[in-house]
Amino acid sequence: MFRPRPDSGRATVPVEVEGRAVRVPAGASAAAAVLIAGLGSIRDTAIGGGARAPYCMMGVCFDCLAEIDGEPNRQSCMVTVRSGMRIRRQRGARSVTAE
Amino acid sequence: MVDFAIVGAGPAGMAAAVLAGELGLNTVLLDEQPAPGGQIYRAVERADAGSPLGDDYLAGGRLTDALRASAVAYRPETTVWHIEPDGTLWLADADGTERITARRVLLATGAIERPVPIPGWTMPGVMTVGAAQILLKTADTVPEGRAVLAGQGPLLYLAALQLARAGAPPVAILETTPHGNCHAALAHLGGWWAGRRMLAKGFGLMLGVRRAGIPIRRGVRGLRVLGRNRVEGVAWDGGEIAADHLFLHEGVIPNTQIGMALQLEHRWNEAQLCWRPVLDEWGRTSLPDIAIAGDGGGIFGAEAAAMSGRLAALDAATALGRTTAAERDRRAAPIRAALAREQALRPFLDALYRPGPSVLVPPGDDTIACRCEEVTVGRVRHAVRLGAPGPNQLKAFTRCGMGPCQGRICGPIVSAVIAAERRVPIAEVGAYRPRAPYKPITVGAIAGLPARAFAQDVAHTAGGA
Repeated sequence: MFRPRPDSGRATVPVEVEGRAVRVPAGASAAAAVLIAGLGSIRDTAIGGGARAPYCMMGVCFDCLAEIDGEPNRQSCMVTVRSGMRIRRQRGARSVTAE
Repeated sequence: MVDFAIVGAGPAGMAAAVLAGELGLNTVLLDEQPAPGGQIYRAVERADAGSPLGDDYLAGGRLTDALRASAVAYRPETTVWHIEPDGTLWLADADGTERITARRVLLATGAIERPVPIPGWTMPGVMTVGAAQILLKTADTVPEGRAVLAGQGPLLYLAALQLARAGAPPVAILETTPHGNCHAALAHLGGWWAGRRMLAKGFGLMLGVRRAGIPIRRGVRGLRVLGRNRVEGVAWDGGEIAADHLFLHEGVIPNTQIGMALQLEHRWNEAQLCWRPVLDEWGRTSLPDIAIAGDGGGIFGAEAAAMSGRLAALDAATALGRTTAAERDRRAAPIRAALAREQALRPFLDALYRPGPSVLVPPGDDTIACRCEEVTVGRVRHAVRLGAPGPNQLKAFTRCGMGPCQGRICGPIVSAVIAAERRVPIAEVGAYRPRAPYKPITVGAIAGLPARAFAQDVAHTAGGA
């Protein structure tokens, strides 16, 4: 869906998107990593269950909420990728689990 | 206690911080992003000299360099989630939550893109034009496949040209500028001589888009997204085109979230079709210790933003006794002259790129107004007929504006839809009243606050309510 610019000289960082290893340009956000990984969407909405993908990329719309390194409901466009970051789709509303 | 706390490290915030530092103010610059620049100069420190983003973007490096060389306490990746009228700021970062106090506060929170509610705008593959730019700026990444840009405004043409330079030219620009705009704009060309540099840039941009061979369809109305699970095309009255990406843009509006939460006085601006805080010539708001600079006070662009930031810094230094009013006025005079030149062409641009009525009030009932709570325009209209007089009452009827974005996206839509349904001006309907926390924070972050500080604040808030 998105790809690094053809003559980009940017170094890349390895991350995991939905369990799949992807290299993304350094400085990219987790939301950008999802777009580069080619995921069709980043979450299912809490209300109607519809698929959503990042929309504004600047922290306004909250449509890019995702699970990052195990923590749900992160604004993935506001999180810069780090080596080894695990990014997962978020499915519906967050539920409470007993531990 | 710091002298001067600035929220937002875009051109206004950076320019204000650098000058405030020079004037001897103990200054802290708070910003959510990992690097300075705001959205306009986002990640400019990473850019190469030959960047497809162009020279105006690279020029932002002068401000980031000045900031890095200054004594200002710059705090990236820091979210301001509550500000009190007395200058208490509540922050969250990777280390937890804390509060600081400042003798003066400057809000330099910039602009957001105006929402463009068309049928299907929540579908994956639909993004804002600004989002495409941010991907290019931060990740050197471009859309793959057929990208269509729809809407209008200088940023749309700039982004089209930047994408073309980056090897990903859009397959089409669908321009929505209403037919009467050009004629209306000509009446505002009085500022053309003072604004000739900006006018020349605009013509250069249009020429660049034409030379890049990007097809432009003008007078597009009735935009809608085609596709089931993601964008497969874009349709309009009388045509359609296959597409993998749709990037929407109808100009930018001030990000008023914090100012509205502080209940600063705001007025509806009919020329820019947005809410703007009421400011004096130094950016002072209706609260004595809180000022606003940059596009958050009204849309005038990055260079004007930096100038307004400097004016606010001069005024803060005077209020805190570091310079005299006479010295402030002397230093402000050339900045004001440059600001007037920078703003001269704005009435023309506002008229030329004035969004059509359907951008503010979607004609159909099925279009989503609130992306978070999935409330349609039809449900907003229905709630008005049931008696909801304004945006805040609408929340109780529909949950519209109560999702995670806290009304940032649907706010402009619901105010306009309610006004149209009630047949009263938007100014009379008003806007959402946002509340802290401005961004969601965890209960754990609040629990981690020093107990005494928190107890004091609860008492303070309860006393003031």
